[in-house]
Amino acid sequence: MVALHKGTGLSRLWKSRDQQVQQPKHYQQQNSQGGGKWRKKFLFVGVLVGLLVSIWIFLGMNASIITRRKETLANMCDERARMLQDQFNVRMNHVHALAILVSTFHHGKNPSAIDQKTFAEYTARTAFERPLTNTVAYALKVLHSQREEFESQHGWKIKKMEIENQSPVEDDFTHGKLDPSPDQDEYAPVIFSQEAVSHVISIDMMSGKEGCDSILRARASGKGVLTSPFILLKANHLGVVLTFAVYNSNLPPDATLQERIEAAVGYIGASFDISSLVEKLLHQLASKQTIVVNVYDTTNSSAPIRMYDPDVTGAGECHISNLDFGDPLRQHEMHCRFKHEPPLPWSAITTSLGVAVIVLLVGHIFYAALNRIEKVEDDYCEMRELKVRAEAADVAKSQFLATVSHEIRTPMNGVLGMLRMLMDTELDATQQDFAITAQASGKALIALINEVLDQAKIESGRLELEAVPFDVRDVLDNVLSLFSDKSKGKGIELAAYVSDWVPEILIGDPGRFRQIIMNLVGNSVKFTEEGHIYVSVHLVEEVKSSCDVSNQVKRNYEDGTDMSYNTLSGFCIVERWKSWENIRMFKMPTEASDSVNLLVTVEDTGVGIPQDAQSRIFTPFMQADSSTSRTYGGTGIGLSISRCLVDLMGGEIGFVSKPGIGSTFSFTAVFREGRKNAVDMKRHHPDPLLDFQGMRGLVVDGRSIRAEITKYHLQRLGIRVDIALTPKSALSAVLEACNANGTGHLDVVLIDKEAWGEHSGLAFMHPLAELRKNDMMKPQENLPKMFLLATSLSPTEVDDLKSAGYTDTMMKPLRLSMIVACLQKALGVGNKRQREKGQVMALQSLLNGKQILVVDDNAVNCKVAAGALKKYGAVVTCADSGKAAIEVLQPPHKFDACFMDVQMPEMDGFEATRHIRSVETKVNGLIKSGEASSKMYGNVAQWHIPILAMTADVIQATHEECIRCGMDDYVSKPFEEEQIYSAVAHFFEPDTVESIS
Amino acid sequence: MAATALKEQLNGLVNSMFAEGLLDEQFQQLQMLQDGSNPGFVAEVVTLFCEDSERILADLTKLMDQAVVDYSKVDAYVHQLKGSSSSVGTQNVKLACIQFRQFCEENNQEGCMRALNVVKHEYYHLRSKFETMLQLENRIQAYETKQQN
Repeated sequence: MVALHKGTGLSRLWKSRDQQVQQPKHYQQQNSQGGGKWRKKFLFVGVLVGLLVSIWIFLGMNASIITRRKETLANMCDERARMLQDQFNVRMNHVHALAILVSTFHHGKNPSAIDQKTFAEYTARTAFERPLTNTVAYALKVLHSQREEFESQHGWKIKKMEIENQSPVEDDFTHGKLDPSPDQDEYAPVIFSQEAVSHVISIDMMSGKEGCDSILRARASGKGVLTSPFILLKANHLGVVLTFAVYNSNLPPDATLQERIEAAVGYIGASFDISSLVEKLLHQLASKQTIVVNVYDTTNSSAPIRMYDPDVTGAGECHISNLDFGDPLRQHEMHCRFKHEPPLPWSAITTSLGVAVIVLLVGHIFYAALNRIEKVEDDYCEMRELKVRAEAADVAKSQFLATVSHEIRTPMNGVLGMLRMLMDTELDATQQDFAITAQASGKALIALINEVLDQAKIESGRLELEAVPFDVRDVLDNVLSLFSDKSKGKGIELAAYVSDWVPEILIGDPGRFRQIIMNLVGNSVKFTEEGHIYVSVHLVEEVKSSCDVSNQVKRNYEDGTDMSYNTLSGFCIVERWKSWENIRMFKMPTEASDSVNLLVTVEDTGVGIPQDAQSRIFTPFMQADSSTSRTYGGTGIGLSISRCLVDLMGGEIGFVSKPGIGSTFSFTAVFREGRKNAVDMKRHHPDPLLDFQGMRGLVVDGRSIRAEITKYHLQRLGIRVDIALTPKSALSAVLEACNANGTGHLDVVLIDKEAWGEHSGLAFMHPLAELRKNDMMKPQENLPKMFLLATSLSPTEVDDLKSAGYTDTMMKPLRLSMIVACLQKALGVGNKRQREKGQVMALQSLLNGKQILVVDDNAVNCKVAAGALKKYGAVVTCADSGKAAIEVLQPPHKFDACFMDVQMPEMDGFEATRHIRSVETKVNGLIKSGEASSKMYGNVAQWHIPILAMTADVIQATHEECIRCGMDDYVSKPFEEEQIYSAVAHFFEPDTVESIS
Repeated sequence: MAATALKEQLNGLVNSMFAEGLLDEQFQQLQMLQDGSNPGFVAEVVTLFCEDSERILADLTKLMDQAVVDYSKVDAYVHQLKGSSSSVGTQNVKLACIQFRQFCEENNQEGCMRALNVVKHEYYHLRSKFETMLQLENRIQAYETKQQN
């Protein structure tokens, strides 16, 4: 957030526009951060839920395991209880059967069929049926009244059971010591017993409380009755005694209690060893190891008596099953529990742990992803901010450059203006020189600033190329004329050649094309001290088709037997074809299209570029090495701009350079072919070509390349040219021209000053002069006009010229206009169009009677401009604002031209012009579509008033702005005749020519 | 006789003005524009210039006196004055105007005030010369017409 605040703080420093850009981003950032927080919260909740689910799974599984365990326990317990019950019931039934046996055979028969012996035997023999019924005994019901009789009958007293231990005494050792039973209403002395317990015979069962109870209950219910458990003497186990009442045989099934009591005659008792029973039972069952079983008598629920209790202690929960041994008064329970603690619920633990782990892992993955997303988002925001700042910085840089350039130019204009004024004052030679130097430097500075501005523009991609028709040859002439002074000063030969293949009119951006060539030529001029600079323009296809270019060049080298190379100046040059070797256009097959691919080469014999610097010469502000700028000056921005411009023109730039030999730069550029006589083509020289049409010329030069260049220039004028490479052939051609009757006629002969070496050009004339002396030649008229081509001439040479017979000299670099002027002067053609009349006259003729509108808000300016124009006979009307101008210039109007001030309050010149142009377009459209007859608009089919901007600012940008908004040209304030002339001439010349001629 | 003397006086005056830097070549151009067909051209232009300048200066003074100075307006006025002065060729006024505009762009009130004073100073200095010049011209013309009559 700190960074964020810093960011906004910074953004506040920028302009409001930038702030607007940054503001939404600020919010976005907050949003994204908020989103990140929410996502994290969701993730946290999700992980929590996941963990809860895993816990829930654990609990669920654990519960089901416990339930299952309980169920298993219950099942096993119930099963055991049921079986125990069954077993017991079986035993009970046997005892019951024994009771019935006794009833039948002891009481039903008289005399009894059973005595002690029989009973003992029988019971012993049927013991297998009651495996755990330890003992069986039968006690007879004896009333007190019958005691005497009974005792005497059996021969023993009815004995009493021990009271102390409250249990039926079955100890035979104490038998003899037992007391006789006290008097009671009723007795139940044992009369029969199993062999093993025969000692209980004669003991009164009713003497014990327990025994009495059970006997009474058994008698009343007629069912088996259990005593509470006691310790069996023999087995030392807990046991119970089961008692059955024996009735008279004829007891009805629905007998009442009283009847039962009365019908009872004796009692069968059987003792059971419950623990053995249970033990045996458990032995028979599977999985006896897993559970612990306890059996309790719970008749007295507060103090249950343990009937079976193994030593093993169980664990965990206990399941209770009820046991029904057939005695409703006695209640028994079976308690089961597992022997071992329940094992840990591993499946539940592993499952839930697995789920938890998965949840955590997934959570971690999501968390990592979220973190990553957050980081990326943060980075992204940061990048965005940085990008915005970088862009802002870039914009600021461009703005800074533009502003600074502009700001520098303003005072520079002042400086230059002042310098010009200074130069107009009376200065002595030194002062004049200083002033000129200062002005030249100032101009160079302006040029440099323009370059920097260009670079800034190109970098910001705002540079757009024009597409207007132009003449390449004109452009080259123009460039050459700019550098002619410098090259002459250095004695360098400067020449341009445009191949015939190149169309006359191309469509493209002449200004930028010129700029590239100027940069290259400027560099060449700067770095060349002797030799030549040669600019050539070919079609890419042309160069490609002559595939032996390289060979030819090579051959030329080898042919250089006369110690000088066949180059423009005879200096060695680098292999120029290498410079375009790497250009893509040469490697690709040519596509058939209407585009014109130009190859421009600029060849020099300068110092060359050091090998190690060659890789970076296209980098802005980078010169070959820092010493270069000290020696030659300059910023090194030119090549970089050139490359950008070449790129924009769809071409490539390449070079080859050898230190000490020279450099050759080549570039390609794509243009479209333009129609000849394009309407708005600006003509710098009004058709001088016709004047020379059909003439014949001879170029005399020992170097074929130079001769070709001269030929090219003459051919542009329509002159048919022959080339003579040797003095001999040249001489013969000239002589033939003098003598012949028309076939060998020559109008002009151009001889290079150094055709075959130093001064050979001048020497060439000597034979002719000799001939003339000897009257071997025809009169002077037939002699063709002889011109000497020279880069520089010394005053003595100038003197020699005339005497040698030369008509005039042509100073190189050759340019069309220069040649035309020279030829016109020498041949006397074109006099009808003399310019020498003076520009005042020309202006007068141009402007005479023209209706001109001057638009300026400044009355004084208006007045002066009007005065200046009136001087040349123009009829001037003034308008004081853009709006007024628009009104006045509403078609139809009578004006021939309009001078428009650029800077005006309310509506400036640009806007007014745009307005006027749009109105004109509208009207033109109307006329064209026939909706309005041209009569309505003063019989003019195409309305287009020439508008010339007036501005104090003469920088290029303003000029461009002028052209962009539809102005035709511009003149600087205050008016200069020359400028008005050149500007106005474009529009009015055709008329004037007619009116004059 | 008197006319030639007056003309010499006039020439001397103009030359001194050139020498002083009050006027530049543009004024020469103006003079060249004045010929038989357009006899009072210079006078006309100069008068126009003076009227214009005085109006502008008055406006400027008013603008500068305000608490909050509207520099764009000031700039427009100065630009106008610069334009007219450069048309007429009154060099010093023009240079002063250029200075003024720079202060204007910097929104430098103090500088502007100073520059305005300089412009005023230059202008009034110039005006006095112009007045003399116009008077001379008038007298020359009066003589000439008299002579013609």
